[in-house]
Amino acid sequence: MSNALDSNTENELNGELSTGRSLTEAALARFRANKGAMAALFILIFLILAAFLGPYALPFNYEDPDWNAFKSPPSIETGHYFGTDQNGRDLLARTLYGTRVSLIVALVATLVSIFIGVSFGAVAGYFGGRLDQAMMRFVDVMYALPYILFVILLMVVFGRNVYLLFAAIGALEWLTMARIVRGQTLSIKHREFIEAAVAAGVKPITIVFRHIVPNLVGPVVIYAALTIPEIIATESFLSYLGFGVQEPLTSLGTLIADGADVLEVLPWLLWFPAAILVALLLSLLFIGDGLRDAFDAREH
Amino acid sequence: MLAYALKRLLSTIPVLWIAITACFFILRLAPGGPFDGERPLPQAIKDNLAAHYNLDKPLIEQYLIYIGNVLKGDLGPSFINQDFNVAEQLLSGLPYTLTLGTSAFVFAVLAGILAGIAGALYKNSLPDYLLGLFILLGLVVPNFLVAPILQLVFGLQLDWLPVGGWGDGSIAFLVLPVVVLALPHIARISRLMRGALIEVLNSNYIRTARSKGLSRTRIVVRHALKPALMPVVSYLGPAAGFLLTGSVIVETIFGLPGIGRYFINAALNRDYGMVLGTVIFYMVLIVVLNLIVDILYAWLDPRVRTQ
Amino acid sequence: MKIIQQAAACTLALMLYGAISATAWAATINIHNGADPTSLDPHKVSGDWENRIVGDIFEGLVTEDPNAEAIPGQAASWTVSDDGLVYTFTLRDGIQWTDGTPVTANDFVFAFQRLMDPATAASYAYLQYPIKNAEGINAGDITDIASLGAKAIDDTTLEITLEQPTPYFIGALTHYTAFPLPKHVVEEKGEEWVKIGNIATNGPYKPTEWVPGSHVTTVKNDGHYDAANITIDGAKFFVLEDESAALKRYRAGEFDILTDFPTDQYDWMQENLPGEARVAPFAGLYYYVVNNTKAPFDNPDVRKALSMSINREVIGPQILGTGEIPAYSWVPPGMANYGDPVEVDWKDMSYGDKVAMAKELLTGAGFNADNPLKLQLRYNTNENHKRIAIAIAAMWKPVGIEVELYNTETKVHYEELQNNIVDVGRAGWLADYNDADNFLNLLKSDIQYNYGRYSNSEFDALLNKANETTDLTARSELLREAEAIALNESASIPIYYYLSRNVVSPKVEGFVDNAFDIHRTRWLTLSE
Repeated sequence: MSNALDSNTENELNGELSTGRSLTEAALARFRANKGAMAALFILIFLILAAFLGPYALPFNYEDPDWNAFKSPPSIETGHYFGTDQNGRDLLARTLYGTRVSLIVALVATLVSIFIGVSFGAVAGYFGGRLDQAMMRFVDVMYALPYILFVILLMVVFGRNVYLLFAAIGALEWLTMARIVRGQTLSIKHREFIEAAVAAGVKPITIVFRHIVPNLVGPVVIYAALTIPEIIATESFLSYLGFGVQEPLTSLGTLIADGADVLEVLPWLLWFPAAILVALLLSLLFIGDGLRDAFDAREH
Repeated sequence: MLAYALKRLLSTIPVLWIAITACFFILRLAPGGPFDGERPLPQAIKDNLAAHYNLDKPLIEQYLIYIGNVLKGDLGPSFINQDFNVAEQLLSGLPYTLTLGTSAFVFAVLAGILAGIAGALYKNSLPDYLLGLFILLGLVVPNFLVAPILQLVFGLQLDWLPVGGWGDGSIAFLVLPVVVLALPHIARISRLMRGALIEVLNSNYIRTARSKGLSRTRIVVRHALKPALMPVVSYLGPAAGFLLTGSVIVETIFGLPGIGRYFINAALNRDYGMVLGTVIFYMVLIVVLNLIVDILYAWLDPRVRTQ
Repeated sequence: MKIIQQAAACTLALMLYGAISATAWAATINIHNGADPTSLDPHKVSGDWENRIVGDIFEGLVTEDPNAEAIPGQAASWTVSDDGLVYTFTLRDGIQWTDGTPVTANDFVFAFQRLMDPATAASYAYLQYPIKNAEGINAGDITDIASLGAKAIDDTTLEITLEQPTPYFIGALTHYTAFPLPKHVVEEKGEEWVKIGNIATNGPYKPTEWVPGSHVTTVKNDGHYDAANITIDGAKFFVLEDESAALKRYRAGEFDILTDFPTDQYDWMQENLPGEARVAPFAGLYYYVVNNTKAPFDNPDVRKALSMSINREVIGPQILGTGEIPAYSWVPPGMANYGDPVEVDWKDMSYGDKVAMAKELLTGAGFNADNPLKLQLRYNTNENHKRIAIAIAAMWKPVGIEVELYNTETKVHYEELQNNIVDVGRAGWLADYNDADNFLNLLKSDIQYNYGRYSNSEFDALLNKANETTDLTARSELLREAEAIALNESASIPIYYYLSRNVVSPKVEGFVDNAFDIHRTRWLTLSE
């Protein structure tokens, strides 16, 4: 869908961030002072804990039908607090499991995008010149591709495959990361410690990955935090089109897509997963914004 | 400027070629063929069909034939809709996709900018918070969730608008699809606008203008608006692309005969020509839109113009 | 230049579209028709959604009545020779194409020859293989197309010779593969003959507009012999594959007929739209293919255990919610020339006993808790297929079968079924014509649709013998014997008999539920 959550984020990150230790500490202090972002952080932690630990506390698992409770509305008596689906499966268990899958997809895809974006951007920025021009031209061109079409195509061609999903979504999101990293690299490559390494005869590729990349952590983390909600949204979009994970696995997107069809007759199948997804995305958004504001020196 | 535009257009040709080649071979790697279906065909008939569409030739020869035809402007036949070739189907869907996309684009830009201005002017007051909440929802609620809810509320319960279809093409049929398509972009644009405007309003020259006693409306309209629009404009190129691809879902849910729908259908049905045709079409469209945005950007920002 | 012309034509079409829709039709019926039709050419289509349109605009020698039974169409009458091999049809007087040219026997001969011509690549040609030399011509073994067993004696007399007596042949002639084509138009326009503007048809309706991805419009053909009795002036067949969205549009009054509905909404519709949702037995079987060539599924006991441990009684009412009838036979009930189908001998056991016996069978085959039977269950993307697969996997689990669910899209699913690489896979069959042989053939050796590669020479011999038998009672006995063999060996796993699902507005009258789910617009009436 979109990797331009905020185009000016890119400019801000490129222009204003610096990674000194004291600045980081100051930024974290600012983040802690941001009530909205801190609340969001707690909600996110709660959701993560629920998704990964919650299923062990439930009497039902996400795949076995309860033959006595098909399409049953939320009820405390039956123990199906979120109700059951058309196969008699406990919706709470499935929602928690789906949240887990969505989070894992988001995490892995983000790592993929970080890996590609950072390597690409750092190499382009450090070596500069023609190589830089060619590489950045490539990024410009890739921006113009109807990317989601290629992802759909890949999913169609190679079937429902979780790993492919990770790779495809990650490959979708690396472009902006590459631009930000390149900008940062340009700004730090003439710092003394880099020049010292060059003078000491360290190989250029080692300089990039030993000395430059570790200094990019701040902006990378912030941008990654802004990317995660995009990835979760993309995953649910693909699931909606029928390219999500295989049954009996599920994800929030799949649950919502299934629930949207029965909005009037089995509303709980939509509202619970939708509420979780919205809560998850909102908290991620607040955290991302909070991080950006905290690290953005201009407002302070 | 013209030379620049031409250069940009030319530089996309290799990309287009790579994309076509990649799609062509990825599609052929895919399991399942255009003539597999619920009813398997006798081998003799499958052979007849393959011969009819040149599918029995070596892959590389098929590829060369295809590229040759594309260069001649012939996008070839479609397997799922045999009475129309690929070009005819794309042209038949184009007015719908463009109408939907353009309306959503204009709506998203206008509504986004207005909401952004309102947010900036009433910064940290109740209207700003309400707008902010609405915008966040627009950002995080997926459109395949918004669409059925709007259909239910406005189409069935209130009975104000048609539930779907193109009908006679009147505005009533456009309202829901356009809103669904535009919503996330209204959110993004207004966030950009609000942030940029707040920054501009805090800048020195605006402070100077204010100290001269100019009215607030005049300051905003005459001095602050144009610079604050820059980030919005840079988002318009990508936004146009997202609106086009976003139309895939909106067209499916609302049953509109645009191009977006063809793509998924064609990929699922292994309608090779149609998939490639759609990809080519989207790419050209997105390149052109990006170019227009670049030109607009240059017009707004003198620094880029003189470069 | 070509593209510019097309653009101009397209704009023009849009303008016309606006003009047409501005004038309200007195009685235009709006039908939700599912997918986009492939073509209006009867030789290029293969789906029920295409049949709805093509069967309205063309008409064969015989056609369907409101019950989908064969009645005279373009032919006024026919005779059959005593050996059952030669059919002689006399066409109606005064029948004509929509351009005014008379429909002649030559148009039928032309159409049959074109259907079988390998160059046409007609995907459904095999349905008319009973015609003499048809299969040979279609496969390219016979190059003389004129040797096809369809001859025009004169303009109004058509003689069709068959390979062997075929009791269902008249029924097969209602199929769109047997429709005549306007020879004069096809010869003049070539491939373009089927475009709106060129096409001439002979059915009760004629197509006037096709917006790809949106709808096909038809208008009543006043030249049709029965025009005086047809009350609906035209139909719009809408493309929309999202059934939930279709139902919403139906409720908003935008559609008069839905040709399918989401099963989850059935209870709701019965309550809120009483009598409008219609569910009726449909000549079709939903079944699971078991790979007969792969160990351990080559062991009939394993297949039997799989089949017995499926609780079919809960699938219709509980999983699907529309009450599909559990299937314990291979041939659905109600097929012509057959009587009651043969059923498996364990049908009436209690489910508990079935599960116990299934466990025993599996133990006998060497499976136990330490060495469970593992299998992959494949199904193609569809909400109902998914639900059934999940439920059946859950039913197999307590028997000690570990199931991996695997979902692919339709194209991939069927290719894999045909390539015999699936352990257990979902499939379905809807009758092409009203005869048990259509189902039993699915289990014959060397038949392409025999996905499980079940092979039993006795079964094959019985089917071959039945095909040569003209006495219908003796024939049905042979077929029943064959069915008993296949069921006994659990060749495949029947699950339920299909139901057709339609939603019909109270404004529409004359819609009769029938086993082939064919409802021609000419029999319907529409009130305000």
